Amino acid sequence: MAQTIKGQTGEWEIVIGMEVHAQVLSESKLFSGASTTFGKAPNHNVALVDAALPGMLPVLNEECVRQAVRSGLGIKAEINLYSVFDRKNYFYADLPQGYQISQLYHPIVGEGELTIDLEDGESRTIGIERIHLEQDAGKSIHDQDPHRSFIDLNRTGVALMEIVSKPDLRGGDEASAYMTKLRSILRYLGTCDGNMEQGSMRADVNVSVRPVGSTELGTRTETKNVNSVRFIRQAIEFEARRQVELLEGGGAVVQETRLYDPSKGETRSMRSKEEAHDYRYFPDPDLLPLQLEQGFVDALASDLPELPDEKRARFQAEYGLSAYDAGVLVAEKETGDFFEAVAKGRDAKLAANWVMGELFGALNKASTDLADSPISADSLGGLIEAISEGTISGRTAKDVFASMFETGKSAVAIIDEQGLKQISDEGAIESALDEIIAANPAQVEKAKENPKLKGWFVGQVMKATGGQANPAVVNKLINQKLG
Amino acid sequence: MTELNRLTIAAASAGLAKGEFSARELTQSCVDAMDERSDLGAFITPTPDLALEAADQADAKRKGGEDAPLLGIPLGIKDLFCTEGVQTTAASKILQGFVPTYESSVTTNLLRDGAVFLGKLNLDEFAMGSSNTTSYYGNVVNPWQSASKPDMQLVPGGSSGGSASAVAARLCLGATGTDTGGSIRQPAAFCGITGLKPTYGRCSRWGIVAFASSLDQAGPMARSVEDCAILLGSMAGFDAKDTTSVDTPVPDYTAELGAGVKGLKIGLPREYRVDRMPAEIEQLWQQSAQWLRDQGAEVVEISLPHTHSALPAYYIVAPAEASSNLARYDGVRYGFRADAPDGLPEFSSLEDMYATTRGEGFGAEVQRRIMIGAYVLSAGYYDAYYNKARRVRSLIARDFTEAFEQVDAILTPTTPSAAFGITEEPSGVEMYMNDVFTVPASMAGIPGISLPAGLSSDGLPLGVQLLGRPFDEEGLLRVAQALEDAAGFTATPQLMA
Repeated sequence: MAQTIKGQTGEWEIVIGMEVHAQVLSESKLFSGASTTFGKAPNHNVALVDAALPGMLPVLNEECVRQAVRSGLGIKAEINLYSVFDRKNYFYADLPQGYQISQLYHPIVGEGELTIDLEDGESRTIGIERIHLEQDAGKSIHDQDPHRSFIDLNRTGVALMEIVSKPDLRGGDEASAYMTKLRSILRYLGTCDGNMEQGSMRADVNVSVRPVGSTELGTRTETKNVNSVRFIRQAIEFEARRQVELLEGGGAVVQETRLYDPSKGETRSMRSKEEAHDYRYFPDPDLLPLQLEQGFVDALASDLPELPDEKRARFQAEYGLSAYDAGVLVAEKETGDFFEAVAKGRDAKLAANWVMGELFGALNKASTDLADSPISADSLGGLIEAISEGTISGRTAKDVFASMFETGKSAVAIIDEQGLKQISDEGAIESALDEIIAANPAQVEKAKENPKLKGWFVGQVMKATGGQANPAVVNKLINQKLG
Repeated sequence: MTELNRLTIAAASAGLAKGEFSARELTQSCVDAMDERSDLGAFITPTPDLALEAADQADAKRKGGEDAPLLGIPLGIKDLFCTEGVQTTAASKILQGFVPTYESSVTTNLLRDGAVFLGKLNLDEFAMGSSNTTSYYGNVVNPWQSASKPDMQLVPGGSSGGSASAVAARLCLGATGTDTGGSIRQPAAFCGITGLKPTYGRCSRWGIVAFASSLDQAGPMARSVEDCAILLGSMAGFDAKDTTSVDTPVPDYTAELGAGVKGLKIGLPREYRVDRMPAEIEQLWQQSAQWLRDQGAEVVEISLPHTHSALPAYYIVAPAEASSNLARYDGVRYGFRADAPDGLPEFSSLEDMYATTRGEGFGAEVQRRIMIGAYVLSAGYYDAYYNKARRVRSLIARDFTEAFEQVDAILTPTTPSAAFGITEEPSGVEMYMNDVFTVPASMAGIPGISLPAGLSSDGLPLGVQLLGRPFDEEGLLRVAQALEDAAGFTATPQLMA
C-alpha cells in the first residue's frame, strides 16, 4: 500500500526516486592500482594518479567493469556494450583532479528492475534507469585543527556504482524496502559489501509530492548522502510533510539540494538550483570509449549466483517455508546459507523456527551477528536432531541452546555433560510409574475419578527420573494404567 | 675536438663508437655551449652536473662493451616532461618548485637507450603559445637574426621554443618536444631545424604535463631527418600506463631513409594557399614540390575541404580540454600556493585560496584559454561549441583519410611567415594564425614533420611540412629525407655556440 499524507486540503502522494552510490568491491581503485582497503592510515592508499600529479593518466580497472556488469545482470538490466567515461568538473579540496570521472551520456548499464517486498506481504516492481561507474572523492577533515583542514585521499578514486531508480517509489516504506533489497542483491553478487556505516552504500533521495490522482510530477528536492535505511525513511517522511505544508500554505517547493540531519530528524537546504554547479561534462580524452564483447557479458551472466528472489522461491518450494519466513531467511545471503546448512537433511521448519527465533533473538540480545555466532550451523543442526529424535524435549532444548550459546559447545556435549538426555525407554518409565502406583493406592483411586489429578503422577515420575523422562511417554503410560 | 656540440646525433654516435671522443667530452662541449648562450633563455633548469655524471656512466658502459642507440648522446628535455628528481615547471609559476618522484615514459625510454639529459628546456606556459613569450621564466630568443634588423630579437616559435632554440644554437644534439597544434613543427620551422610530430598514440603521454589530452603528442627535434628518426625510435612505443597509446611495433625508422620517392604520389592541398601568405613561402613550397618531382615523385593537387574549419575547431577543443586538465593546479597538494591577502594569516575560504592561487599562478594566456574552455563546455553552449567542434574534427580526419587514398604524403608550408620579433608579437587571433598549417594534422592525429628548406629574403629559415598516414612515420621520414637531400640546407644561425 502506497503511503499518502493527509493534508488539510486533501491527500497527497509521495513520489521518490533514488540515486544509490554503492562502492564496488574490488582490490584496487577504478583507475589506479591503489588498494581500496578501508580504515588505513590517512593517505596510505594513494597512487600518483589519485593525487592528480602532473602527467598522470587513468587506466581502467577491468574488475570494476566486471562488477558493474554483474550488478546490472542482477537487476535484469540491459548491458551497454558501448559506454563512455565523462569528466564532471568542479573544484573541491578532496577532489584532486578538479573533476570526477563518471559516465553521463553513455552509462555501462541501462534499464533494469527490482522487486521490493513490503511488510504487508505485497510486492512491487521498481524500475531502474541506469547504473554508471564513477570515482569516489576523498575526505575533508575539518575538526582536528582550529585553522586548518586536512585531506585524506584514501577513498579518492575508489569505484562507485551510481544506481538510479525511476520515480517509482511511493513512500518511506517503499524507499527503505528498495534500499534493503538493492543492498541484498549487491551483497549476494559480491559487488558491494553494503556496509552503510562505513559509507559503502549511501543514497541521494529525490522527493516530490502531488495530490492523489494527479499524474504530473511536482517539484522535487534532492536530499544527499543519506547513509542508513532508517534515515532514508525519516528523511522522506520529514521532507514530504514539509513540502505538503509548504504547498498547502500557498508556497512553492524550491528545487534544491538538501541535507538530512539525523540528530534533529530534519532536512536542511544545502544549495539552490541557482547555486548549482555547472559541471561542464565532456568525454574524458584520457580514456577510450569502453567496448565490451557480448561473450564477456554472457560469461558473467552464466556465472551469476542464486539471487534473493530465486532463493526465496526455492526455500518455499523445497523446505515448505512460508513466504514471510523464506523472505526473512534470504534477506542476507549468509543467513540463507546458514539456514540451509542447518536444514539440510533435518526438519526444515524446525530449523527455520530455531534460526529465526532463538538464534536471532540471542544474537540480537548479545549485540552480535551471524558471522560471530558462537553456535555454528552444524552445531545448531545437532540440537535440531536431538529434538527431532526425542533425545531432549523442546523445553530442555532451550536450556541446551542457552548453554551452547554461552560456551560454544555442541548440543550433544552439553546434553551428555548435564545428563539431560531424556528417558524415552518405556520399560524404565513404566517401572518407575508402577512403583509410584503401588505406593499410592489412594491417589490412584482419586485419579480414576478425576482425570485432572493424573498430573500428580506425571510430576512424581519426573521427580523419580530426575526430570529426564520423555513427557509424551509418561502421559501415554499414565493414560494406559489409570485410564 | 672543439665544436663536438655541432655534430648530428648520427655523427656523434659514430664518433663515440670509434672512440674518437668520450661522452664526457661531448657533453662538456654542450655544457659549455649552454653557458655561452645562456642569453637565449633556452633552459629553465640546466642540469650540467647531472649531465656530466650521466656522461661518465655512459663512457663506463661503453668501456664495459655495452652499446645502446643513444649511449652518451646529450639531449635537452622540454620542461613539460616530468623528470624524477629534477624540477618540472611547464614554464608556469604554479608549478614552481615541483620536483616529480617519477620519470615520464618517453624520457624513461631515452634513458634506457643511454641518453644524457642536459636539463629542462623553456616553453610557452603549459605549452600554450606559438612564440615562447608566455613562459613565467622569460621568453626564449631565436638564435637567428634577420638581415634587415639584426638587432631585433626574434621569437623561436612555440610552444617548444626552448627545444628549437637550443637545437638550432647547438646547445644540445637533439631535444624532446611536444606538439598539440604545431608546437614542434612551427618552432622547428622558425629555428631552421627538423621536428617531427608522430601519430597520436605513437609516444606515451604518461608523465607529460597535459595541455589538451586528445591532441598532445611528444616528438623529436633535431638537426636532421636521420636524427629525428633515431630519436623517434627510442621515444615511441606502447605504454600500458597510457590507454591512448597504440600497441603497434616500433620499426627501425632509419632503415628506409634512403629509399627515395620514386613512384610516390605527393599531394599539395589547394586550401593551404592562404591570404597574405608571403610569396617567398609559396615559392619555397613549389620549389620543394619540384625537388620531389625531380626525384621521381608524382605531385598532384588535392583538396582538404575542411581545412578552414580546423583552426576554429582547434581553439574550442584544446582550451576545453585544457580548462579541465589544469583544474588540478589548485595550490592544495604541490607547486605554488598564494599567500593570504593583506598579511592575513589565512584565506577567508577555500574558493578564495583557489582564486588567488590560480590568479597569481597562471599567466594571461593560460587564463584566457581556461576561460574559453570553461565557456565552450558550459551548460547551454556545449552542443553549439564543443560538440560541433568534435564533429568538425571528424570531418577533418575524413579529409585526410580520403586524401591518403590518392597520395602517399602531403606537402605544405609549415608556417605562413618566418620568425617575427619578440616586440612585434601579434596579438590574439593573429597569433593563433601561426598554427593554421599545423593544426589540421593535430586534429586528425596524423604524423607531420617540418624541415628547413630555404631562407627568406631576410635570411631567416623557412620550413616545409610533410604529412603522412597514421603510423606511417617510416614513409614520412623517407620523403623528408629526399627533400632534405635536395634542399641541402646548411645555413646556420648567427647566435650559434
